[in-house]
Amino acid sequence: MTGLLIRGAALLGAHVDDIRVRDGVIAARGSLSPETDERVIDARGLVALPGLVDLHTHLREPGGEASETVLTGTRAAAAGGFTAVHAMANTSPVADTAGVVEQVQRLGQRHGYAEVRPIGAVTVGLAGEQLAEIGAMARSEARVRVFSDDGHCVHDPLLMRRALEYVATFDGVVAQHAQEPRLTVGAQMNEGALSGELGLAGWPAVAEEAIIARDVLLAEHVGARLHVCHLSTAGSVDVVRWAKARGIAVTAEVTPHHLLLTEELARGYDARFKVNPPLRRDEDVHALRAALADGTIDIVATDHAPHPIEAKECTWAEAAFGMVGLESALSVVQQAVVDTGMLDWSDVARVLSSAPARIGRLEGYDEPLAIGSPANITLVDPAHARAWSTADLRGRSTNTPYLDRQLPGRVVHTVHRGVLTVDDGALVEPEAVAAAHQEVARG
Amino acid sequence: MRHLLSTRDLDRETAIRILDVAEDMAQTADREVRKLPPLRGKTVVNLFFEDSTRTRLSFESAAKRLSADVITFSAKGSSVSKGESLKDTAQTLAAMGADAIVVRHHDSGAAHQLAHAGWIDAAIINAGDGTHEHPTQALLDAYTIRARRFGAGARGRDLAGMRVAIVGDILHSRVARSNVWLLTTLGAEVHLVAPRTLLPHGVEHWGATVHEHLDDALAAAPDAVMMLRIQSERMRDAYFPSAREYARVWGLTAERLALLGPDTMVMHPGPMNRGLEISSAAADSERSTVLAQVTNGVSIRMAVLYLLVAGSSGTAEPTGVEG
Repeated sequence: MTGLLIRGAALLGAHVDDIRVRDGVIAARGSLSPETDERVIDARGLVALPGLVDLHTHLREPGGEASETVLTGTRAAAAGGFTAVHAMANTSPVADTAGVVEQVQRLGQRHGYAEVRPIGAVTVGLAGEQLAEIGAMARSEARVRVFSDDGHCVHDPLLMRRALEYVATFDGVVAQHAQEPRLTVGAQMNEGALSGELGLAGWPAVAEEAIIARDVLLAEHVGARLHVCHLSTAGSVDVVRWAKARGIAVTAEVTPHHLLLTEELARGYDARFKVNPPLRRDEDVHALRAALADGTIDIVATDHAPHPIEAKECTWAEAAFGMVGLESALSVVQQAVVDTGMLDWSDVARVLSSAPARIGRLEGYDEPLAIGSPANITLVDPAHARAWSTADLRGRSTNTPYLDRQLPGRVVHTVHRGVLTVDDGALVEPEAVAAAHQEVARG
Repeated sequence: MRHLLSTRDLDRETAIRILDVAEDMAQTADREVRKLPPLRGKTVVNLFFEDSTRTRLSFESAAKRLSADVITFSAKGSSVSKGESLKDTAQTLAAMGADAIVVRHHDSGAAHQLAHAGWIDAAIINAGDGTHEHPTQALLDAYTIRARRFGAGARGRDLAGMRVAIVGDILHSRVARSNVWLLTTLGAEVHLVAPRTLLPHGVEHWGATVHEHLDDALAAAPDAVMMLRIQSERMRDAYFPSAREYARVWGLTAERLALLGPDTMVMHPGPMNRGLEISSAAADSERSTVLAQVTNGVSIRMAVLYLLVAGSSGTAEPTGVEG
């Protein structure tokens, strides 16, 4: 069976249509009758979205296989409706050479759950001292276009200037983790009245905003693109809005958790809520939602950060920063901005698929669900509701902040290049995915 | 009351109850045989991830006077300094059958986690967690203020109308936090004094009056002036330029001591840096409650152990404290 007929889905949440998938591409749309050799999916009541694209994923391989691997991470991605993920560079060894990025990309290709686009390190070993071999990574088989020291800020202003200029030479973008290191020594949570009360060292908003302000001015000066990772404060929104009005080539991302959760969750010292940048105030959450709705923030990216249990079952200060997010991202976005009427499903397709693909120079996602484009499709049931549990997770780690929280929506089917990776809510087994890709390749 | 983690969640009645039980405990200290039986057969573990000889000895002596078996677990030289997690340590102690755990930890929230993570069922007493809280210190401070002011008539009273100035490194002080919540609950008016660098962000929401200069706070005629210890590493981290400048602007010098009202107490949780935050003239004056605080510390810790441990087992609830 080489083809799929998806019947009765609401395309981008709007008009109902059928979609025919043939040879890995979207072959037809309209009122279609099944053909003998194709699988028919009854998608009545479901919303059809383009396959989601994550610009900020930690797959942990190589080096962090206790938390996640390319296989487990891309399975989590598929379960969340993603068909492409950008794998952050903070692995061990660091993705700062062509060899490492090619290895990661090949692993993704072999497993076939999602396209894995490696992100290259900006500096050698993420040390912030010397540029990594950006040209070699850009020209490798992995064709890296996004460079980031994520987890660390490229804080030296001269090095940042050079990175912006040099990366632009290869049509790439620097994705900056905006965190002034001296202002955040030992920082544990958002700095405010609550950090003072809880006795946890504060991570002030200004430490993010000052770096973004500096970087947009640098980007303007050298005429390069800049991408701001996981923007988290109302002040950062103001800076980016100002920069865009000025014509600076800046794009910005927000994580699902910063659209939904606030610092109040730190009260119980449960380290599942420890993340970097930290959960902020209610005012920040509302400013981020509004900025996503008005286009100041371009995309939602998960910052999926798996950690083993022992890295979270300890005191807050000892615990690792980060939360898993691939499986829950679409549900959280639905709750935060769709069900609140701020975004419709075509906006969701933009912020979770076409816009991140454009920033990452990933082809095939320009026109969502267009005839002739690669068949990357996510079918979601927005009417579904459930209490989130570890049973909803598909990666190797369980550090989700949403346990027992009521979340809407469920990914029912995910199609990656014409191959079902999620079928009726369940992940398709690796052998079946690999075999189906081979069949598509044979045509 | 199942645990004592914070003074923030102590209500006025419970706080006064603890202070009153401490009065009872203090009276037994004058007897020929000081030992009381209520915790016979109970095990109290002192779990100290951070060195604190004074607090540890105070809890040990409190538990022993109540006839508890006392086990002390110090970080140095034990498994906790070899990377054992809080969870594993807690489960080990649970397996040993601890009835109460007195925990001192360098990380804020450690006591809260022990109480709520489901690792152990014992009563948890916070003996200082990071820069968060140190509730028994605040209770002994409140006890000291009440006893000094009201003497034999202290029982049953709160601190309404009293004014307490807390001076020094508010930002890093668990003593300051616990005192602000407790003294406020007991009706006192709290004044905080520190250079702006040592005041936490959002301190204006704490319900205390904030001063940047000690002289302004002293002009408000406080009933008690509590000097906090200044740690030398604060200078390195540029919170203030030098010990000399700190002492000049925020230290309780002999000159400032002379300006205090006749009944104003001078308090310090110890250990003191003489010549920095407090002059010897102040530390050794009649006004000083420093040694009384140490003595009262044992009574307060006896009261807390008694209320949490003796009250937790029997058929009745002899303490009348719930929660």
